[in-house]
Amino acid sequence: MENFDFGVFAYQAIFYLFAILIVVSAAMVVFVRSIIYSAFSLLFTLFGISAMYVYLSADFVAVTQIVVYVGGILILLLFGVMLTNKITQERLLTDVFNLVPSLLIMLAILGSLLYTFLFRAKWHTGEQRTTTVVEPIGYEVITNYVLPFEIVSILLFVALIGAAYIARSDSKVSASK
Amino acid sequence: MKPLALLVPDALTATAVPVQAENSWVKAFESLEVFGVPVGIFAIPAIPLVFIALYALYVGVYGERKVSAFMQDRIGPNETGKWGLLQTIADILKLIQKEDIVPIAADKPLFVLGPLIIFVGAFAAYAVLPFSSEFIGADLNVGVFYAVSIVSVEAVGILMCGWGSNNKWSLFGAVRSVAQVVSYEIPASIAILVGVMMAGSLSMQKIVMSQSGELGILHYAVFQSPVAWIAMIIYFIAALAECNRAPFDIPEAESELVSGYFTEYGGMKFAMIFLAEYASMFMTSVILSVLFLGGWNSPLPNIGGVALNDWTSGPVWGAFWIILKGFFFVIVMMWVRWTFPRFRVDQLMYLCWKVLTPIALLIFVFAAVWELYVR
Repeated sequence: MENFDFGVFAYQAIFYLFAILIVVSAAMVVFVRSIIYSAFSLLFTLFGISAMYVYLSADFVAVTQIVVYVGGILILLLFGVMLTNKITQERLLTDVFNLVPSLLIMLAILGSLLYTFLFRAKWHTGEQRTTTVVEPIGYEVITNYVLPFEIVSILLFVALIGAAYIARSDSKVSASK
Repeated sequence: MKPLALLVPDALTATAVPVQAENSWVKAFESLEVFGVPVGIFAIPAIPLVFIALYALYVGVYGERKVSAFMQDRIGPNETGKWGLLQTIADILKLIQKEDIVPIAADKPLFVLGPLIIFVGAFAAYAVLPFSSEFIGADLNVGVFYAVSIVSVEAVGILMCGWGSNNKWSLFGAVRSVAQVVSYEIPASIAILVGVMMAGSLSMQKIVMSQSGELGILHYAVFQSPVAWIAMIIYFIAALAECNRAPFDIPEAESELVSGYFTEYGGMKFAMIFLAEYASMFMTSVILSVLFLGGWNSPLPNIGGVALNDWTSGPVWGAFWIILKGFFFVIVMMWVRWTFPRFRVDQLMYLCWKVLTPIALLIFVFAAVWELYVR
């Protein structure tokens, strides 16, 4: 108990807490049969992953993870699941099909990933970042990566217009009603 | 540093140079240990939690009743205790004693988890609220961004409540509420960006520090740019919608949806949802004051030898000012609630997408040009 440092212990304990949260909730996403539970347990997975980014001192990426995945994609997913569930009036359940081929593919992917991680990857331990990453990201986006940035923004803009066009009520149909 | 020295405001020693936030109270808490266990670490999040409970009791529930009574020319609670002050305590005792009912057709895990997630979403933003120059839960480099993002957790909690209740009113309320929160995040975020651009930082403490000076209120961001006040009003309107407050309370709309996504809730679960609503009201009020109204800076100016600004600056004064500003906007939200009728759903979406968002975008561009070439 002499060398026991509560700070380090708490730091690691919280890390493992989030790690367990990610693994358990991700397993629930896959194994729970009710599709609505899958969608909701994705909340904990995505949130835990953003905690992992915090542990890598990537604060901006962590917050972006919450904005994009929890605030955008997850809510869209939940809306989709809820609306389809209500319209079809039957419970959507996930089930297991093609057990053997999927198991083989899963094992192959797992094996190749583990092989790469353990034997091929050149792990490099960087220094812990203490300064903010927001300003470097801003400079890089507007200087070195301005073309990809603009292309992405035009893509999103087109998607926005397309969504608005699809969602728009058809004036001919509504007039005939 | 001696613990007692922290409680004494160094008002007389404060200088005219912009105040530097050193978060010394937080650091003192962090080093506070009892038998090697850093209890101080747990005290830092506990302080806002206790604050939310007290504020929701007295400014929230009691204040709302008194304000609504005043607006409707009534007296409000006046029987229990002096001026009815014990009424909220009686209410809380009643809520605690109530049977914890879960409807038999409800989806139990989601029904139970929903209020918790809503409250966690509302409370998590308190980590980055600067309560004083010396107290902020976590002075993140991305503080404002974090506060904007974490609200979306609340939206997932609302969907959980609405779905878990297995009630059509609840589901309609939840879907309306989330659609509203997600839509109004856009004008709110653009308005926040105007404030962030003027301060040149995403860190809450740095934003507040950029607005301090010996002229008090004149250094506030709202007076630094000709369009900042428009951004402030847009953020306030969007904040009303994000908190599901009237005139944007269509998710609970008593006259059509009973009470929206919390129709089936009672007892402490209901109390939790209400606590979250009051918590996010105060949170948005504080973000508004941090971005545009100087946060914990004193509004009073130094006039020659009468150094009002110096006398009313310092850590304890800072806490006083920010809580005062927060309460002011909470009271304004209540005033608005009891004054305006509810919007229709299409009016709500019209206001968001065709009025607030274009105006916010124009202001954003104008504020950027102003920051670059004029200021």
